[in-house]
Amino acid sequence: MQSTQSSFENLRKDFPILERTVRDNKHLVYLDNASTTQKPNQVIDAITDYYQNHNANIHRAVYALAEEATEAYESTRDKIANFVNIKDRQEIIFVRGTTEAINLVAYAWGRPHINEGDIIVTTEYEHHSNIVPWQLLTQEKHAKLEYIGMDDNGELILDDLDKHLATGKVKLVTFSLMSNVLGTITDAKKIIEKCKAAGVLTLIDGAQAVPHMKVDLEDLGCDFFAFSGHKMLGPTGIGVLWVKKPVLNTMSPFHGGGDMIREVHKYETTWNDLPYKFEAGTPNIADVVGLGAAIDYLSKIGMDSIREHEIELTKYAIEKLSDVKGLHIYGTKDVSKRGGVISFNFADVHPHDVAQIIDEEGIAVRSGHHCAQVLMERLNVAATSRASFYIYNTKEDIDVLVNSLNTVAKVFKL
Amino acid sequence: MSSNADIYHEMIVDYSRNPVNYGEIEDHDVTFHDANPLCGDSIDIDMKIDDDKVTDIKFHGKGCAICMACSSVLTEITKGKSLEDVKNIEKNDVLSELGLEHLQAVRIKCALLSLKVLKSALYTYLAKHIESSEDVDKLKEEAANLY
Repeated sequence: MQSTQSSFENLRKDFPILERTVRDNKHLVYLDNASTTQKPNQVIDAITDYYQNHNANIHRAVYALAEEATEAYESTRDKIANFVNIKDRQEIIFVRGTTEAINLVAYAWGRPHINEGDIIVTTEYEHHSNIVPWQLLTQEKHAKLEYIGMDDNGELILDDLDKHLATGKVKLVTFSLMSNVLGTITDAKKIIEKCKAAGVLTLIDGAQAVPHMKVDLEDLGCDFFAFSGHKMLGPTGIGVLWVKKPVLNTMSPFHGGGDMIREVHKYETTWNDLPYKFEAGTPNIADVVGLGAAIDYLSKIGMDSIREHEIELTKYAIEKLSDVKGLHIYGTKDVSKRGGVISFNFADVHPHDVAQIIDEEGIAVRSGHHCAQVLMERLNVAATSRASFYIYNTKEDIDVLVNSLNTVAKVFKL
Repeated sequence: MSSNADIYHEMIVDYSRNPVNYGEIEDHDVTFHDANPLCGDSIDIDMKIDDDKVTDIKFHGKGCAICMACSSVLTEITKGKSLEDVKNIEKNDVLSELGLEHLQAVRIKCALLSLKVLKSALYTYLAKHIESSEDVDKLKEEAANLY
């Protein structure tokens, strides 16, 4: 597939939801992809096919269906390994999403390893899911949570990291590869290099990055990596946690139950092999199959093409939105340093009012704090409006958005 | 044509631009703060109470046009009222004043946050100033279940 505008427009036909109209017979302009993405027929069909033809529990029974279900489930693990370059499939754990992945690490790694006085470092532009689990852990352990600050350009101030590392008490540095509000792409390699030199582990929240750019875990060299299926054309309720084997081996189980055990006796239990030790209970088999289909779909287009398409859209959107009088865009305008996530405020109009008025034009944007209240405090705003793009968005979508802002200006007499 | 955007009529926009009773009362007799966790709207209400009457009321905080307009209207309704009358203020007293009776469900919390804060301020005051705990509990429950 070519990375031209027309080939991307061509794949819109795979997404049935893009055909529908909303409100007063307006075409849906879906610009909330940082929140969740729409699903192509290929993913929907894979889930339906699984339930219609292969449904059985995995890893247990010996009959034909169970074998097919297990094969479908496990083949997604291999697709993931291939997609983000993981050498050892045993390091891949299926979870509900990025939030569960990070909580799993905070619980199963954090509880045995974090002691009084230890420091965990996160950043000012994290999603709540990469702040709250660490607050819970550090409060329980009488440890400390510290932050890497952000400059006015929406980029991390790595001097802060140096200061924290110099204390010698940092056990983990955790950060998102792409901000869900500003779209800033984190200089992960530099952070990991500094942490490695200090013997500190690193966790990357890849929820916003994996759907939009080529990610190579072997090359990055972090210790933990998490991402979600539903932000990359896959179903909700399925995500991935990857942990480097030597670290994974030091972790205690997360949930106890079926499938995670080797032998259970009245008073003691031995654990199953990796990764099953961390996958207790019947997993979300159908959605794992759906995620596999999403990875196939994205791989066919190619992640570099997707990134190129989004750079083009982001450039166009920044250009057009910058022309709107009274509109302020947060974060860097350098598209090589950001993904297709644009947060803005329009004069003194509250983002909820902006979102409601443009909803009448069929436009879906997010308004609010985007689960990043620490960042909102840093930006000194209560909320922003956010438009975020994906493969099926077009320059026309951005034109509709920009035009709709005229209505907002009219209503609020700007 | 009636649409959801029609809620942004003159009065709402004016109130949001020029909120009434906006600010703080330094020597307040009671103050209360609350926020809507999902949208981030956040309102404080300060009240001055003499002889079981609200002699002054001010609000401050951040919110959308709906939230700001409703807070303004609510403080206008409340000012000068006896505590007994404040107890009886209902959702529709605020909503009808601004023609928001049919506000969609996702925005109702914007409109009613200030009423929730007002009722909470009231039970906080009453709890401190000898009121039967039954009344306080009733108000608490009303505030908690407002939307």
